[in-house]
Amino acid sequence: MARLFARNETLVATILLLFIIVTSIVDPSFLSVPTLFDLLRNGLIMAIFAIGVLLVLISGGIDVSFTALAAFAMYATTKTLVETGVEGSMALALAMSGGIGLCLGLVNGFFVGTMRLPTLIVTLGTLSAFRGALLTFVGSQLISNVPDGMRDFSRTMLLRGTNADGYFYSLPAAVLVLLLVVVLTWFILYRTMLGRNIFAIGGSLDSARRIGIPVTKVQYFIYAYVGTISGIAGIVHASLARVANPFDIVGLELSVIAAVVLGGARLQGGTGTITGTLLGVALIVVINNSLITLGIPSTWQNIVIGLLILLGTGVPAWQARRSGRTE
Amino acid sequence: MAKTSRIVSSDHRHLLGLAALTVAIFVAMSLARPGLFLTGANMQSMAFQFPEYAILALAMMTAMLTGGIDLSIIGTANLSSILAALAMTALFPTGGNAVAVLALALLVGLSVGCLCGVINGLFIAGIGLPPILATLGTGIVYTGIGVVVTGGSAVVGLPDSFAVLGNAAVWAVPVPLLVFAAVAVVMAFVLNRTIYGHSVYLFGTNPRASRFAGLKNGRLNMTTYMISGTLAALAGLILISRANSAKADYAESYLLITVLIAVLGGTNPYGGVGRVLGVVLAVLSLQFLSSGLNMLQVSNFAKEFVWGLTLLLAMSVTRIEWRRMIDFSGVGRGRSPNAATGDKP
Amino acid sequence: MNDRSREAHDAPSVVALDHISKSFAGVRALDDVSLAIRPGEVVCLAGENGSGKSTLIKALSGAQPAESGTVSFHGQPQAQISPIGAVRAGVQVIYQDFSLFPNLTVAENIAFNDRLARGTRWIDWREMRRTAEAALGRIGVDIPLDAVVEDLPVASKQLVAIARALVDEARLIVMDEPTAALTEREVKHLLGIISRLKERGIAVLFVSHKLAEVFSVCERVVVLRNGRLVAEGPVDEFDPASLTHHMTGREIDAAPVVSADAPRGSDLLQVRHLSREGAFSDVSLDLAAGESLGIVGLLGSGRSELAKALFGMDPASSGTIRIEGEEARIDSISDAMERGIAYVPEDRLTEGLFLTQSIGANIAAGSFRRLAGTFGLVRKSDIRDEADGWVERLSIATPSSDLPVSSLSGGNQQRVMLARWLATTPRILILNGPTVGVDVGSKADIHRTIADLAAEGLGVIVISDDLPEVLACCNRIMVMRDGRIVDERRNDDVTENELSHLLSSDAEDA
Repeated sequence: MARLFARNETLVATILLLFIIVTSIVDPSFLSVPTLFDLLRNGLIMAIFAIGVLLVLISGGIDVSFTALAAFAMYATTKTLVETGVEGSMALALAMSGGIGLCLGLVNGFFVGTMRLPTLIVTLGTLSAFRGALLTFVGSQLISNVPDGMRDFSRTMLLRGTNADGYFYSLPAAVLVLLLVVVLTWFILYRTMLGRNIFAIGGSLDSARRIGIPVTKVQYFIYAYVGTISGIAGIVHASLARVANPFDIVGLELSVIAAVVLGGARLQGGTGTITGTLLGVALIVVINNSLITLGIPSTWQNIVIGLLILLGTGVPAWQARRSGRTE
Repeated sequence: MAKTSRIVSSDHRHLLGLAALTVAIFVAMSLARPGLFLTGANMQSMAFQFPEYAILALAMMTAMLTGGIDLSIIGTANLSSILAALAMTALFPTGGNAVAVLALALLVGLSVGCLCGVINGLFIAGIGLPPILATLGTGIVYTGIGVVVTGGSAVVGLPDSFAVLGNAAVWAVPVPLLVFAAVAVVMAFVLNRTIYGHSVYLFGTNPRASRFAGLKNGRLNMTTYMISGTLAALAGLILISRANSAKADYAESYLLITVLIAVLGGTNPYGGVGRVLGVVLAVLSLQFLSSGLNMLQVSNFAKEFVWGLTLLLAMSVTRIEWRRMIDFSGVGRGRSPNAATGDKP
Repeated sequence: MNDRSREAHDAPSVVALDHISKSFAGVRALDDVSLAIRPGEVVCLAGENGSGKSTLIKALSGAQPAESGTVSFHGQPQAQISPIGAVRAGVQVIYQDFSLFPNLTVAENIAFNDRLARGTRWIDWREMRRTAEAALGRIGVDIPLDAVVEDLPVASKQLVAIARALVDEARLIVMDEPTAALTEREVKHLLGIISRLKERGIAVLFVSHKLAEVFSVCERVVVLRNGRLVAEGPVDEFDPASLTHHMTGREIDAAPVVSADAPRGSDLLQVRHLSREGAFSDVSLDLAAGESLGIVGLLGSGRSELAKALFGMDPASSGTIRIEGEEARIDSISDAMERGIAYVPEDRLTEGLFLTQSIGANIAAGSFRRLAGTFGLVRKSDIRDEADGWVERLSIATPSSDLPVSSLSGGNQQRVMLARWLATTPRILILNGPTVGVDVGSKADIHRTIADLAAEGLGVIVISDDLPEVLACCNRIMVMRDGRIVDERRNDDVTENELSHLLSSDAEDA
């Protein structure tokens, strides 16, 4: 029982449930399909990013550059498609943006894997470099006439309807992208040797090198993979917003990392689950959307989220420290 | 035993290299734009610009000496300067004696900054959160408090006399530069001459050994984050004095730049290495670069690109030095900068 | 020699090292070493700490390739060996520090080497459990497969590390001090496993400083000293004395440097019924000024935990400590330091030294408060003067105390640690593994220093599993097992073999 409670997932799930219950008591309409779909829509991009961040954290690294990378891939893709007049399908946009993300991810992989620099410093550097390169060499103007493929994608719904209260609701097809990323990442982490190597590197880098895990290759993979899914998240974001804004997305990085850490991934590496990560994202999204319902001014949002990070990570840290003393 | 002449450590070598880089940039920019760059007006304008982020970089360096990091410095700077601004507008709504205004601003601002540092210290030393996580969380909270007390808008109507801190000059030397010079001298003294200073380098090199040597790791962490919090608050005061208003989201883009400056200045993100002089040189070189690029009509975005690239290149070069040091001792990689400062079981 | 091994004689060597050299910072760690291991052969690699054993292991496992010379696997010279290349060639290493993944389960840790050796791409969790169960079965131990390794006691971790190396594809298993945490029964079991491996044609390179184990399991002995191969031959050409001679390069005077009858001064330390849950229980001991007390025990016996409790690092939960007759609460390191207790830790590199900092700073680390003048200010020149004094007194070989401590040899680094704690003018000096990784010459010097310090009236506690060491420099020796003191002997009243049996016999035979 103690062990169950010590798990972040349980803690986060409990807090999440409490928030939902309290909000539903205050406003019974909160607990409805339209709200659920709204939350899904709002949390979609963050959730995709979070899955990528999770992978990096498990490997014992940290990535703050994924937002710049996503913005770069998203904007470069949209601009190319618009300027060449290829209106193309969403699939083409996804492939292009993912491909650009992959290449930029390899840059991170080079500095982390080959140069063996601290991941935080590397990704701080590439955050500036990618963003600077995007705004200098690619462009800094908003593109509001996104290609038809992207526009159509944003209109494609998996489900739509009206509930008993007359609220209209719909579930965008973009949710499928998240689903795909989740399933693929789960498969890599738990069904492939590569995934287990990622856990092993996060557990002990030295042991991993010694027993013959190709650490550098795995690190290249991690950052390339994160780059790819960040690129995909970026283009999905632009498609849903129906506008490609090069100043978008950057600035989200710390909130995404916070969500993942809240979901139980340890910054020291080696630990973290997809379920926990999704719960962490859900918690942040629910808070952002329920504070006003609860009568708390939206200006309090930062305080609540900051306190949750401190609480959600502080409680397990404190428990670990105490059990470490009695051991 | 024959004593050898002073050994040039890699630390010194880095400082020499950095000094050469700073001079080279200065000369290059002077040659490229002699009529603009090499003028008294430009020198003075640069001297007004860099102290606020130079002080923030010193705050960051201090935290990095322990192998930690302080991601809350911007939140701290904004929160303390907002509270100082509110105190000033409340007590001196119509302006007032310059000394009294400044004393009030410094008292409120620095106390709040120091308190923010204490809270960081409690989370890091008391609860055992990794510094990156603790200061990420507290930084968001400090910013959040700033948003709540201001309602998200700027605090304006600061007493005119407060403008001295950010805008005045004494014999053509800007006050912010004087403040920065004083801070740099004090920090150099603290790090080189006090028990804290000597201990913090050891703690940052190997926190476990530091505990075994009887140094008080908890107290060292606490002092460190109190210093970084106080320095951040001071930078915040200069900033609002220059802006003539206080707001919760000022200077957000400075956070990563301070890390860049600290690392470029030779601070080892794994802890234990870093000098005030290195940070000063790094700040100057980036300021020269930045000003010069401005005069060459390069956009701000290109600067961001160049800075990121500079960080990566500087790290790649210095990392080779660290590797040499590490191989030399025959031990494995240094501690991860993300690792908790507490002992791993 | 049976038929099988004669056959093996003609087969190509599993591993052949040919004129291997490797230096660190100008110091030759391996100097022109050649060595071949045939299938099914059990070779003992003997040598003092710092003789190049670990460098040799790293060279053949690809962890740190040699600079010159060639390594061949199964008769094929390897251009460059990587860890995975060595694994694919069937080389498995059981590392001294286990090199496990603390965040993963027992089953997964064990299955990892097997997966890597086979080049698995996909994960089958049931198969993984079977692999792990089989490996644990092979060494005859029962450890819960789903336990996370970081939660295991140290002996279980060592067993997991052993089980992990016994993969089907193994052709050579290198065992680096594989018995440090094991009880006598587990050691016997391991030696049995080695014979079975041998029957299957698997070669073993066995590294141990426990001579009894070496003589009972190995066929051939290879001795390294200062990075050179100094002796090689069948095990029956050696006896403990000649092996020691080859390892140390000189006749070691085994005579104790302290006498059991040394005059006891006043009572310094009285410990009664000291316990700490999960670490040690009901420990009572006395230490007088001028006395040197040895505490021996296996890894995980509670010996280090006891030392850390006396030093206030991980305070005891019950029991009393009296210092000079006065009851003392030691709840923190500062409590211990105020009472004049000093502790030189076990692992110099991670717990002791600030490697990149100067020798001076390393020595002064415990004495900043004393060195600080008025206003708590410390002058660099004062630190240098203090350090230079100790460099001279303990003959630390360095041109300047400004150099980083990483530039020193193991023995000199250990002297820096001693200097740091002597500079705090302690009354009780606790030394945990005082000569681990120290060359022979320095080792004897350190033993003499310990004896001198005791003679000057310090109370010294030496914690070690180096039995000749405690026999040489302790008047009395206490044996710890499973967290308890199980025996106490005078140093003239016990032999190395008796001690060895005392510390590793299983609780049930005791």
